[in-house]
Amino acid sequence: MLRRRLNRLFGGDERRVESRTINVGHRSGSPNEAIIPPKFCDNRIVSSKYTVWNFLPKNLFEQFRRIANFYFLIIFLVQVIVDTPTSPVTSGLPLFFVITVTAIKQGYEDWLRHKADNEVNKYPVTVLEDGRRIRKESEKIKVGDVVEVEEDETFPCDLILLQSSRDDDTCFVTTASLDGESNHKTHYTVPDTERNLESLNATIECEEPQPDLYKFVGRMHIYTNNQEPAVRSLGPENLLLKGATLKNTQKIYGVAVYSGMETKMALNYQGKSQKRSAVEKSINAFLLVYLCILVSKALVCTTLKYVWQSKPGQDEPWYNEKTQKEKDTNLYLKMFTDFLSFMVLFNFIIPVSMYVTVEMQKFLGSFFITWDKDFFDPEIKEGALVNTSDLNEELGQVEYVFTDKTGTLTQNNMEFIECCIDGFQYKYQDARSELDGFCVTDGPVNKLQQKAGREREELFLRALCLCHTVQVKESPEQAQDQVDGLTDQVDDLEVDGEVPYPSQEQRSFIASSPDEVALVKGAMRYGFTFLGLESKSMKILNRNNGVEMYELLHVLNFDPVRRRMSVIVRSKSGDTLLFCKGADSSIFPRVRQEEVERIRMHVERNATEGYRTLCVAYKCLSAEEYAQADEGLREARLALQNREEKLMAVYNQVETGMSLIGATAVEDRLQEEAAETMEALQGAGMKVWVLTGDKMETAKSTCYACRLFQRNTELLELTVRTLEDGGRRREERLHDLLNEYHKKAVQDAPPAKAGVTRSWSSANQDYGFIIDGATLSMVLNSSSESNSSRYKNLFLQICQNCTAVLCCRMAPLQKAQIVKMVKNSKGSPITLSIGDGANDVSMILEAHVGIGIKGKEGRQAVRNSDYAIPKLKHLKKLLLAHGHLYYVRIAHLVQYFFYKNLCFILPQFLYQFFCGYSQQPLYDAAYLTMYNICFTSMPILAYSLLEQHICIEVLLDNATLYREIAKNATLRWRPFLYWTLLGVFHGLLFFFGVRYLFSNPALQDNGQVFGNWSYGTIVFTVLVFTVTLKLALDTRHWTWINHFVIWGSLAFYVFFSFFWGGIIWPFLSQQRLYFVFANMLSSVSAWLVIILLILLSLLPEILLVVFRKPRGPNARQKELVQSSVGGHQSPRSSARPLLMRTFSDESNTVI
Amino acid sequence: MASSYNAKEEDGHHSGAPAHGGAAAAAAKSKKPDNTAFKQQRLPAWQPILTAGTVLPAFFVIGLIFIPIGIGLFVTSNNIREFEVTATPTRDTSNVFMYYGLSNFYQNHRRYVKSRDDSQLYGDRSALTNPSKECEPYRMSDGQAIAPCGAIANSLFNDTLELYHIDSNGTRNTIPLVKKGIAWWTDKHVKFRNPGGNNNLTAAFRGTSKPVNWRKPVYDLDPSDPDNNGFINEDFIVWMRTAALPTFRKLYRIIQKKAVTTPTLPSGRYVLNISYNYPVLSFDGRKRMILSTISWMGGKNPFLGIAYITVGSICFFLGVVLLIIHHKYDTRNNSADIPN
Repeated sequence: MLRRRLNRLFGGDERRVESRTINVGHRSGSPNEAIIPPKFCDNRIVSSKYTVWNFLPKNLFEQFRRIANFYFLIIFLVQVIVDTPTSPVTSGLPLFFVITVTAIKQGYEDWLRHKADNEVNKYPVTVLEDGRRIRKESEKIKVGDVVEVEEDETFPCDLILLQSSRDDDTCFVTTASLDGESNHKTHYTVPDTERNLESLNATIECEEPQPDLYKFVGRMHIYTNNQEPAVRSLGPENLLLKGATLKNTQKIYGVAVYSGMETKMALNYQGKSQKRSAVEKSINAFLLVYLCILVSKALVCTTLKYVWQSKPGQDEPWYNEKTQKEKDTNLYLKMFTDFLSFMVLFNFIIPVSMYVTVEMQKFLGSFFITWDKDFFDPEIKEGALVNTSDLNEELGQVEYVFTDKTGTLTQNNMEFIECCIDGFQYKYQDARSELDGFCVTDGPVNKLQQKAGREREELFLRALCLCHTVQVKESPEQAQDQVDGLTDQVDDLEVDGEVPYPSQEQRSFIASSPDEVALVKGAMRYGFTFLGLESKSMKILNRNNGVEMYELLHVLNFDPVRRRMSVIVRSKSGDTLLFCKGADSSIFPRVRQEEVERIRMHVERNATEGYRTLCVAYKCLSAEEYAQADEGLREARLALQNREEKLMAVYNQVETGMSLIGATAVEDRLQEEAAETMEALQGAGMKVWVLTGDKMETAKSTCYACRLFQRNTELLELTVRTLEDGGRRREERLHDLLNEYHKKAVQDAPPAKAGVTRSWSSANQDYGFIIDGATLSMVLNSSSESNSSRYKNLFLQICQNCTAVLCCRMAPLQKAQIVKMVKNSKGSPITLSIGDGANDVSMILEAHVGIGIKGKEGRQAVRNSDYAIPKLKHLKKLLLAHGHLYYVRIAHLVQYFFYKNLCFILPQFLYQFFCGYSQQPLYDAAYLTMYNICFTSMPILAYSLLEQHICIEVLLDNATLYREIAKNATLRWRPFLYWTLLGVFHGLLFFFGVRYLFSNPALQDNGQVFGNWSYGTIVFTVLVFTVTLKLALDTRHWTWINHFVIWGSLAFYVFFSFFWGGIIWPFLSQQRLYFVFANMLSSVSAWLVIILLILLSLLPEILLVVFRKPRGPNARQKELVQSSVGGHQSPRSSARPLLMRTFSDESNTVI
Repeated sequence: MASSYNAKEEDGHHSGAPAHGGAAAAAAKSKKPDNTAFKQQRLPAWQPILTAGTVLPAFFVIGLIFIPIGIGLFVTSNNIREFEVTATPTRDTSNVFMYYGLSNFYQNHRRYVKSRDDSQLYGDRSALTNPSKECEPYRMSDGQAIAPCGAIANSLFNDTLELYHIDSNGTRNTIPLVKKGIAWWTDKHVKFRNPGGNNNLTAAFRGTSKPVNWRKPVYDLDPSDPDNNGFINEDFIVWMRTAALPTFRKLYRIIQKKAVTTPTLPSGRYVLNISYNYPVLSFDGRKRMILSTISWMGGKNPFLGIAYITVGSICFFLGVVLLIIHHKYDTRNNSADIPN
């Protein structure tokens, strides 16, 4: 980075490279060129932040950038510089504690990173240098080195594969550590690199490092003696990424292209942007209030001080003269230092320890999510994953849930259901109950009892067998051991005697998309088995047990824009065939129109049944056509710039004029308990939006199946279809529809009352809204500016009044756009996105809380999420139980912290009125320091980790409880005011209670009197006990830990006070508390006043608890028992296709 | 802090893997989470519920305990005879305590409170000749360290009070005033010490100067009793315990009871002889002399008694209110339940 900038600075204009050139093996490219070895960074990975030398300054600097720490540092410095009432220790010690703990934590983490770095950097690798194999440390690899990697080793840097020990010039790689996809990916050697690497003379030209793992463009020039250099294109299939592991291949040689911090892995290492929770914002707001209180207290005291001093004889009585220095000080300077002193005296009102406690609570609290065995999924043998602990409480505040459909609501576990060949339906016999009981029906089961021609049938099945990128897993034994989401084992192929499977071997397929596996398996049921890819030819086993070979010429990869993929193969007979499969919308325009209608009906029917449909088309390429396509493809693949666009253009050109053979229907089962989960979320007051790239019909039926749409839900549809209905201009129609829906859903709807249960609101009309990607972009990017914002508003208002919203045909970016729009709408609701695929990453990052599902589409969503859970059903517990509890815990923690510090400092403030505003502290310095650190910190920490004001089962069963804490309920101004008033009340009570006791300070039965430190100690004792007992009153869930810390803290306070007052401490300049506590305890009056004040402070609290009666957990349980006895219908996940059909049939009539 | 951490360790946090955080720990072990009560948040817990039913008895109990205590306190406080300056003695047979009181005297002023050197008062020799900076401007006098230094010591109350009983004959009888036992025992015996023991104080304090306002040096505070001289003079110690409020009293002397039957201060005329040294008018202060008896609750203070009676009554009253509410609520609840 720096170098690039420097280059730019120092006239390296000609070096303003978008690409880099690498000499393979450091041999100059063409012999006549002089070697100017370009400088690249070394292969050291530095993920650590600090070194031994810069740790202290750098860490301190970073810590003091936090406003709170900086504030306490300022207070500390004021105490050091100005003559202040409390010693610098009182604020220095907590600050030191906080800073040290954080520094130790960060240092430890950095040490771990150093260790990990060293492990990687010192890993021995073999490098070919001048024909010799040399062992080196990984960090010494330079760009251009030829590196040898053996099986199961990880690649030490990004390599271009030059030579593989496999015959077919491929190697297999798993990128599990990069993106979590544990399937084996095939990488290819650069074509035509010589077998003899020592004599290879080549240069590689490739783009500068960029973080996209799946993009790489480069070109290799191979120089052979005095010949025109051969040029080979390089793509991601040639690039072996650092961090990936070599599999199934003995060894490979590759040339390093990116090293160290420039590898794609390192570039991807960057942390995500920090998300801040709403609670944190509340804390900051409260902090501001308290800062105002602090400043005004200091101002009041300073003013009163000078008013008081203006009376004669008050400022400097004969018994209390000032020092010469004080007399000489300028009046205004004195006022200023007095102000600062008061600030210091009262600064404890903003507790340094709150930040530590909040951090600790979040950090420790997040363990409960990872520990929760309910989140454990036996299939993937993993539990939940917490990527950030900062957002725990946000889980209890979610108002909008944006969910992906495929893989999230549905299992992404594809099952081939039926196919349609030339308009004839082929379906398995209904043998759903047996898992593998599919069999081929020789006669199709549709009403026509007809069958397509055998030739078409076989063509279709061949297409299914050829048009994919599926790999056959090589060693079946291993395949069985490895439980992997992507491998789909088809182990008993002999189910039916009818099916002539020649081999009974176990076979499993690996593919990047489960649809493909389902299709290949589907074809297998009909007698066409894909045997694998062998040296660029695909082998299939046909119905007659004959092996057919097809030479694989080109794969036109799938991409989400085209929504289709193709292969070009050459059959034995020499015909060049193109097979294409893809979404109906992308295939239909590219085939002959007369074929479409027959199949469209099937596709649409399948779609409404919730199946994923794909259309299959083919085309015979003539020799010229192929030559042209071949050239176009090769050219585009060699392009360094805009390769993607060029490829796309060629693809589009080739994939035209095809003829449609048929369509497939693949079922994507709903996730376990998807419907219950959605119902619970809606019951909890969350609005669920489904954002999917899928077709509207499919998505809609999924929504019905998930009970997001109910029978009586009126659907408001805003899609391309409805827009075209009117036959008018789309824009106008959009305008009309928006207004109409707005009137229906917003204006005519009765104003929703807070806390309405679903059953109540069902008396009203429920609305569901459907929009598709194209229409959405019309709404968002309307031609005229004014319309745009108006439409957006209308759209938002409609959506906010609908119980569920379905957005289909969404591009990943549009998903994020929607999330952003809702996030920034009025009231800035808390949003949550949940998804499992790479296409959900953008919305996961955008939402307040991003949840990744450890699904089958790789790990990108999980990596970018804040929390990852194995299944959708876990979301319910995560939000309703964990989120709710975390929110209540942290909200209470925050309020309690402010409260306890207010009633801690208020007596000290009041004392100023009785000590001539002289900044005399009421409490001893030890008490001032220890109050927040030791005496009152543990009970609240234990509370904030363990409290269950309502037990988890009840929370899970009564989703409506979630509404009680919605919209930051316990951290709004009203509860804050309540806590503040409580703090003021307690503070006043403590101070004046003791004040009236001290109207006669002869409190001991021997007539001896108490002094000011006894006064402070009595107030402090009352304070510590009251504050702790107040928490005890609030605790609804007393585990032994709570008992231990609450009673332990009080005991510790008593013990400490005895200890602190029991010894003449040599390091103290004043023995203020010497035997003060013990003397206090010997006074009956002190005992009585302490008991009285504690009781009196807690009395209103007890009364409130009593009058706020039905809040007890038992009451809840009783309610629950009643409701469950009454008619607790817990709909188990019923046989879903049936359900889906009944609902979807109804739905069709609604629109 | 330690406790809750330990709890976690015990409860089976035995993944030895050093964890960056929750995330790392979870990633490292892809095994099933431990099914311990702690980790599953299922620790057995006591879930108290405060309802009118449970709180009711508490209110009555508090009321029933507090009201008698309050009455007791109130009566005790009222029985304490306290007389200011022009007082009529009593027939009490217990000890009578003699206090002097000052008002508008800010002993709790910060500049004043910190103006002392406890090491010096603890008998530390180096502090004796080199007192703490906090004592300024009462630290040095004529180049010699002041012992005891600081504003508190300097402003030691130096009026002498003498009490005479005038019997029927008109003769003045000096009432013996005991000056021992007026300071905290720990102050007298531990916190305050003379440098180099109590003998030959003159030598011990050599090289130091008396506080500027004092008439005699510290080793002459009570020449009659070596155990009450120097820093361990009880009048001095009492003064050094700074008062909490600007109006305060300090124990001056104790009038010991004579016998079980004879009153400590028999009725009659008394004369209080005050050698007036201590100026209070300059800061608008007042001086008082208080004679008081002491009970188990200390000196006379009606506040506690009244407070206890009030709180007790409130509790009792609330108990009654709650009882009514509880009763009504319950019947309503029951009647509502019956149709079900």
